[in-house]
Amino acid sequence: MSFLEYNVKSTPTGWRKALHLNWALVLLLTAVASVGFLMLYSVAGGSMSPWAEPQMQRFGLGLVAMFVIAMVPVWFWRNMSGVAFGLSILLLLYVEFFGSVGMGAQRWIDLGFMRLQPSELTKITLVMILAAYYDWLDLDKVSRPLYVAIPVLLILVPTYLTLRQPDLGTALLLLMGGGAVMFIAGVHWAYFAAVIGAGVGAVSAVFASRGTSWQLLQDYQYRRIDTFLDPTSDPLGAGYHITQSQIALGSGGWTGRGFMQGTQSRLNFLPEKHTDFIFTTLAEEFGFVGAASLLVLYILILAFCIVTAVTARDRFSSLLVMGIAVAFFLYFAINMAMVMGLAPVVGVPLPLVSYGGSAMLVLMAAFGLVQSAHVHRPR
Amino acid sequence: MKRTQGEIEQSSRGIGRRSLVLGGLFVATGGVLAARMRYLQVERADDFRLLAEENRINIRLLPPARGLIFDRSGVLLAGNEQNYRITVVREDAGDVDAVLAELGRIVNLDLVALERAREEINRRPPFVPVTVADRLSWEELSSVAVNAPALPGVNPEVGLSRVYPMGADFAHVVGYVGPVSDYYLEQTGDTDPVLQIPDFQVGRYNVEARMEQTLRGSAGSRRVEVNAGGRVMRELDRDPAEPGSDVQLTIDAGLQNYVEARLTGESAGAVVMECDTGEVLAMASAPTFDPNLFVRGISTTQWRGLNEDPYRPLANKATQGLYPPGSTYKMIVALAALEAGVITPDETISCGGFVEVGNRRFHCWRRGGHGRMDMVQSLAESCDVYYYELAQRVGIEAISAMAVRLGCGVRHDLPLSGIAEGLAPTMEWKRVNRGADWVVGDTLNASIGQGYVLSSPLHLAVMTARIATGRAIAPTLVRSIDGLPEAATPAPDLGIDPAHLAVVHRGMWAVNNDRRGTAFGSRVMEDAYAFSGKTGTSQVRNITAAEREAGVIRNEDLPWERRDHALYVGYAPVEAPRYAVSVVVEHGGGGSAVAAPIARDILLRAQVGDVPPPELYPVGQRREIEEMHRRLPILPEPPQPTGREARRPGRDGRDRA
Repeated sequence: MSFLEYNVKSTPTGWRKALHLNWALVLLLTAVASVGFLMLYSVAGGSMSPWAEPQMQRFGLGLVAMFVIAMVPVWFWRNMSGVAFGLSILLLLYVEFFGSVGMGAQRWIDLGFMRLQPSELTKITLVMILAAYYDWLDLDKVSRPLYVAIPVLLILVPTYLTLRQPDLGTALLLLMGGGAVMFIAGVHWAYFAAVIGAGVGAVSAVFASRGTSWQLLQDYQYRRIDTFLDPTSDPLGAGYHITQSQIALGSGGWTGRGFMQGTQSRLNFLPEKHTDFIFTTLAEEFGFVGAASLLVLYILILAFCIVTAVTARDRFSSLLVMGIAVAFFLYFAINMAMVMGLAPVVGVPLPLVSYGGSAMLVLMAAFGLVQSAHVHRPR
Repeated sequence: MKRTQGEIEQSSRGIGRRSLVLGGLFVATGGVLAARMRYLQVERADDFRLLAEENRINIRLLPPARGLIFDRSGVLLAGNEQNYRITVVREDAGDVDAVLAELGRIVNLDLVALERAREEINRRPPFVPVTVADRLSWEELSSVAVNAPALPGVNPEVGLSRVYPMGADFAHVVGYVGPVSDYYLEQTGDTDPVLQIPDFQVGRYNVEARMEQTLRGSAGSRRVEVNAGGRVMRELDRDPAEPGSDVQLTIDAGLQNYVEARLTGESAGAVVMECDTGEVLAMASAPTFDPNLFVRGISTTQWRGLNEDPYRPLANKATQGLYPPGSTYKMIVALAALEAGVITPDETISCGGFVEVGNRRFHCWRRGGHGRMDMVQSLAESCDVYYYELAQRVGIEAISAMAVRLGCGVRHDLPLSGIAEGLAPTMEWKRVNRGADWVVGDTLNASIGQGYVLSSPLHLAVMTARIATGRAIAPTLVRSIDGLPEAATPAPDLGIDPAHLAVVHRGMWAVNNDRRGTAFGSRVMEDAYAFSGKTGTSQVRNITAAEREAGVIRNEDLPWERRDHALYVGYAPVEAPRYAVSVVVEHGGGGSAVAAPIARDILLRAQVGDVPPPELYPVGQRREIEEMHRRLPILPEPPQPTGREARRPGRDGRDRA
């Protein structure tokens, strides 16, 4: 059974679909990506290579993918979600055994023109399979333990595989993104309360036991956690980057030091200035105005997604769009919190801005799904 | 199948509600992020802007003060001294050439060093300080500090630099430190952040190198806030450096100085050990060199001079030099034979000047032969034929097994850069390494410490200590670390029959104290200071039958590098031995003429605790001995223990002046 069997005749067909795309969303995405091009041009010292040009090509490719995906009826994507999810699990298993290990142990498959990270793909296919699952499930069964266990398993399998890579950032995103879809689908509050309670309990037990006779971890493990949570306690290691990152951010002031006027030469020590720490450069060169504008663009993208989700009257489309929105939100919120010293440093890029092929294409494909839901919404 | 309208309504209400909750969360998070942005970029913008202007928050590594090295009584062997220097930071300096020219007007700059510094400034990252002038006087440093406004990027600094107050005497024990080279990093795989500090020095040779981790300590750090002019406004926090541990050696600085002085002019190695404990009291290698040269940066000319000297001052002959031990090996053969029961001490063997084995003649050093010899006489007069006979009876395997028990042909582990293993050859060894079968001639050669047998002065000192005590004495060089004594285990008994040892002891006594002994000339006139020992002379060339016919060429007539090595091992006092000594003089000539007098002087110096008085020497030698003691570079007074604190300028190695 499905909620997706509404009157097909009322949806646009053929090329007329293009008129029904959410063009405002396309505009917003292009704006955010352009911020990325600008910053990549700047951190390369005013040069299109090595980052800005390939990033533009990938965005172009992403736009094409988005349009193609948007043209295909959303029910086709629902029917494909099982296949897509299965495929991404297979790819995860494949890289587990045959994949190339690159920087920071992320594993990828070389496709020639780009490196595909199956873990990136999984973020979207997990949302798809969960949305399809709740589309199929009767409403009164949503909170029954057995029917809660199935999606939990669907989340944990790819989470475990990414954790093994090891890629803590992506694993966390999968866990939180999947949990968010279950939440929107209406799983009872008590489950979330129990999971969060258990998590808080476990963490506080670990910390409370420190220094007592029943200490749960070794001393050196605690010290590692300390460094992870508070990088400034390791001033020669991770803390150095965070301190410098905050200084660069702060020195931007209201309006920034001007395009290409940031002291990146001094920021050479930031190892990921074109990927995870690119927000630092934006904030330094365009100040609070620039940084807050990017934040507003992101929030607007989220708002368009929520509107699409609420107006789509079938469960698959709503859950899919909300799931994608949550994944997008987690991306930029964690990244910004990280560079501003509010969260520990985990490898999460700034969506559509950080340099990177897999993340860019997968995100554009995801927005293709959002557009498809928007085009094929009932009216 | 289609859902009912009711279900659709219910679903979309649920999703709407929960989406609203999440939307609220999005907005709240966005608010937090914006607030943080505002805090960093608006409220604290001025602070951060200021910090951003110059090098902002600086994390500076504080080098640890290197651990000190003392002798057994607390005499400082390696210390740290204040070193005033000037560094330049490229990105602060702007026009480096102009700044250096300006600097040259204020202080005298060494042109060669300056050119090297200029290259380094351009090679290193722009923010790394590079030393342009080193070891300046306080006045020079002050004048640079006064002219600071005209010298952007120039920083006067106070650092610590290694200094070896005893200089050349300890080059072959303490070693030296040197700069961290790329080669060093590659070799050791050391990633300690300390190594990134400019001009940080690491141990490169001997104790300094082998005990690097003990001596180094760990880096501290301080975070400082600086203003737009680069001036340190305040220190945010400081994690002081952990100084390295102090190491106390077993060496007696006064004795070491005497031994090095006594070897002056020779190419020689000598080791003095305490018989009971194995503590090395002196370990000398001559000629030596001043380790301070290496700390300050040795010039090419000086380096070439050291490297090309035929006496090889850079080699540690005491532990690295391997020599055929010659007749000093005879105690091993005697003990092996006694233990195997193939001879009694009283049995005599007749020496006719040579023996024939196979088709070869093996000569005794005395052409006319010694006549009938028992074991004590054979040691006293060093009869070769006696040992040729013993060796044939007992065989090479028993000899080499005894050699290993007495500490020859094994590697003794001391914290020094080069320690040779030596060789106590076996039949198996020759098969594997020479691809030939052992022949009886090899055994005969080995019995008088020639042929394949190789030992270092360290081996010979250990052997002597073991013979003197009958216990498996192992050499040690480190007495305590940070005042904590190194664990010492009493040496186990070697299991050699005391009666056998007593025979050998009598023989060694006779070497110096019997009128016919080979080292009678090096006797001591006071019984309390008398000593026992054994001479050795080892050939470095083959004497052909033709030459033997014509008369063996005297050592004095040979070029230096073809003369015999002179060796001596001995211990004192005769009863209750306390000191064991070994002396090897490369190409010195004869053991009795060259090595034995040196060993006697060293043993006397060890027992008396000062330059030995002439009364202890035979009357005829006193003038000459006094003359020699005046001539040698012996310290006028034995070095005195130093206060520890006086040598430690501060906990941290360096600070900005």
